[in-house]
Amino acid sequence: MTAHLKQDKPDDRNVLDRMAQGIIGKPIDRPEGLLKVSGSATYAAEYLIDGCVEGVIVTSTCARGAVTRIDEASVLSMPGVIAVICEPRMIARPAQGTANEAPQHKVGTVHYWGQPVALVVAETCEQARDAAKCLVVDYATQDAEFNPEDVVPEPQPDGTRKGDLDQAMEDADQCVDLTFTTEGHASAAMEPHAAIAEWDGKTLTVYASLQMLNYNIAELADALELKQSQIRLISRYVGGGFGSKLGISEEVVAASVAAMKLERPVRVVMSRQQVFQTIMRRSETRQRVRLSAKSDGTFTGIGHEAIVSNLPGEEFAEPVTQSTDFLYAGDNRIMQIAVARIHRMTAGSVRAPGEAVGMPALEAAIDELAEKLGIDPIDLRLRNLPSKHPVKGTPFASRKLAECLNEGAKSFGWQTGKRTPRSRREGEWWIGTGVASAARVHNVGEAKARVTLRADGTALVETDMTDIGTGTYAILGQIAGEMLGLDVTSVEVQLGDTRHPRGPGSGGSWGAASIGSAVFLACEAIRKELAGRLKIKPDALILKDGKAGSGKQAVALTELTNGKPIAVIGHYEPGAVEEDFVASGYGAFFAEVAVNNWTGETRVRRMTGAFGFGRVLNAKTARSQCIGGMVWCIGSALTEALHFDPNDGHLVNCDLAEYHVPVHRDIPDLDVIMVEERDAVASLIQSKGIGELGMCGGAGAIANAIYNACGARMHAFPMTPDRVLAAMPEN
Amino acid sequence: MSIVINSVEYHLPSDPRVSLLDFIRDHAGLPGTKKGCDHGQCGACTVILDGVRVNSCLTFAVMHDSCEVTTIEGIGSAEQPSALQQAFVRHDSYQCGYCTPGQICSATAMLAEIAAGWPSDATEDLSAQPSLSDEEIRERMSGNLCRCGAYPNIVAAIREVAGTGE
Repeated sequence: MTAHLKQDKPDDRNVLDRMAQGIIGKPIDRPEGLLKVSGSATYAAEYLIDGCVEGVIVTSTCARGAVTRIDEASVLSMPGVIAVICEPRMIARPAQGTANEAPQHKVGTVHYWGQPVALVVAETCEQARDAAKCLVVDYATQDAEFNPEDVVPEPQPDGTRKGDLDQAMEDADQCVDLTFTTEGHASAAMEPHAAIAEWDGKTLTVYASLQMLNYNIAELADALELKQSQIRLISRYVGGGFGSKLGISEEVVAASVAAMKLERPVRVVMSRQQVFQTIMRRSETRQRVRLSAKSDGTFTGIGHEAIVSNLPGEEFAEPVTQSTDFLYAGDNRIMQIAVARIHRMTAGSVRAPGEAVGMPALEAAIDELAEKLGIDPIDLRLRNLPSKHPVKGTPFASRKLAECLNEGAKSFGWQTGKRTPRSRREGEWWIGTGVASAARVHNVGEAKARVTLRADGTALVETDMTDIGTGTYAILGQIAGEMLGLDVTSVEVQLGDTRHPRGPGSGGSWGAASIGSAVFLACEAIRKELAGRLKIKPDALILKDGKAGSGKQAVALTELTNGKPIAVIGHYEPGAVEEDFVASGYGAFFAEVAVNNWTGETRVRRMTGAFGFGRVLNAKTARSQCIGGMVWCIGSALTEALHFDPNDGHLVNCDLAEYHVPVHRDIPDLDVIMVEERDAVASLIQSKGIGELGMCGGAGAIANAIYNACGARMHAFPMTPDRVLAAMPEN
Repeated sequence: MSIVINSVEYHLPSDPRVSLLDFIRDHAGLPGTKKGCDHGQCGACTVILDGVRVNSCLTFAVMHDSCEVTTIEGIGSAEQPSALQQAFVRHDSYQCGYCTPGQICSATAMLAEIAAGWPSDATEDLSAQPSLSDEEIRERMSGNLCRCGAYPNIVAAIREVAGTGE
């Protein structure tokens, strides 16, 4: 049985609030927690398979050209070496998120430094690694552009133009016209990309570290020219994704091709350096932000233009202006993105593509405008919340931005009134505070999940949806448990296996709302069936602690199931609400920093984030998502930057020693406020995305705090000591 | 030549290139110890070697004849977790879980280092017993990266267990 619904209208029934079990939203420990803390959760590379051999990817030593010769003989006589594989099925770039087809570019032609060109397979990983290093590969190299500033960017066709911004800037009482830069970012998930492929002559089983199995199976089938029914993908535990595992990547196809050719199981694990060199980067950006306002603070215009980069042939363009489009009022508007075509590795989704770098620039610009206007920066934002989409005119779904700003300010202890930089000093440290808004568009995707109420009165949830650390195992157990009147320990959740119904995959923060709605639909159908068996109306049915009834008397679910399980596939589809409303998560960041007067070093001393993302499904895992996002804010604000060699285009800092993600000592205790909200437009469970919202603007709050502390206006992220020192006024 | 891992003896490999990490994961079949970078930069592979925490990717297995190693599997199991492992679950001190075994092995040894009076960069008085302050914990745990950003929850779990003296 299937329960299908296309969401064409808001669902304001808030059904989950009317259930009796009382577990939805509660801070319940993750069901897989003990497996993770004891090292017994199995990640992609950790399935022990008899006879499995090891593949190591060989990568290019030029940025552009053709492979003219691979001297297999140079390694085939080495101990343990089984094969050198280079063939047209092997992909040279990862698939973009939701691509649903294989990347077109294959290994024979090189488009970026470090691109996979071959796979060496040997009995042990030491033998394969040695041989991969020794393999002689010849290239016919070509000249290539490596630097975005050296090429003319191509404007994207979907920009926004309304009114006359130039005129508005001229007529404004106050305005700012600022240029910001952000450097490239790496997802740097802790688990390197890995795959084990097994081929039995008919069916390919691949254990991989992937976020979106529902798309990945189509991508892999396309790459290998197999039917989807011949492939099984398994990703039960994924050691972080952050966008880097949205599409299939090179090791998945290489392991599969090798397993099929050699008829032996093959494992391919990327080195950390290969992950940096061949997987998605977030593009660097160059952004021009213009704001014009009347003296009372009313915005008359907003311009946000960005130059980003990508390889030739890639459609993805970092959507820098995505939330600027609707966040603040202003009749005269320009939003435009242009792409510089250069030969660096593929640019794609890294946590919160667009807002992660666009929001900090916008929010830093607003701080400068607030100073010019002499208006408190929170107040300036509150004065410019539009009543409807400023261009399209569509209404907003639930929007808690004002509540986030106000509640966050209260919790943080925000001082309203005149803000004077360099007014607080502790020893050699300048102390200051800053604020920024958060916004991240809300997405949903088609999703299916099977819910089975077993004869024994427990439940099973099955979908190929993944849990990449986001808490999917926990929240699906809570949704099903709440709807079916079961404790979470009576609900088993199975994820990450394409034998289950297709979920939406984890990406774009759409996972919980989408797959949660599918589970909700299946449970609603089961409730209807149970009500029918009790001969009562579904609305009158009360399910709690494994019993069903209508108030006075209750019977055990085991009695109602009568020895037979009830299984329903819930099928959720996005519908007209997506077009009819502007749905987004909102929030506010508050940061207190200390900036060293002599070194320019910035330390974040405390940070508050207040977020509105609809219904909270699990207060513990939701808070963790918010904290994680704020940690990324600190990283992108202060340390994270990809550096490329301008001469040959190679990534210079391709490891975790040189690409600086935050460490324990960089992160203070973080204060998270989750603002109560139900968003009827967002999903059937009134929830919105959360994984990305927490990093959409926080770097701007830190930039504003640095200015308030030491008087350095920062327009280049990350705000490293050298940059802060250069921007700091003379003592 | 042999090595003892979680009280079980294993023969060391003939290939001297096998890192202690690869030996633990692939030869001893204990994949709880994670490979995050293979270059001593992330701490996911932290194990306790003769009582001291090390990055197991930075040393070769054959260098440790007769040594004793404790991995995450030796610290506690899902059925019988240690106090710190339980605290990690309660405080949601992980998200994806990949750095977690390294964090727990590292923290277990780190608390012993504080108890033994070893100072750190965060220690203000080098002649006094180091405190169990958050700053000490953060400094001493900074070799264990967590990209999910669970740091505040990790510190909370360590703080709780350190406070009880378990």
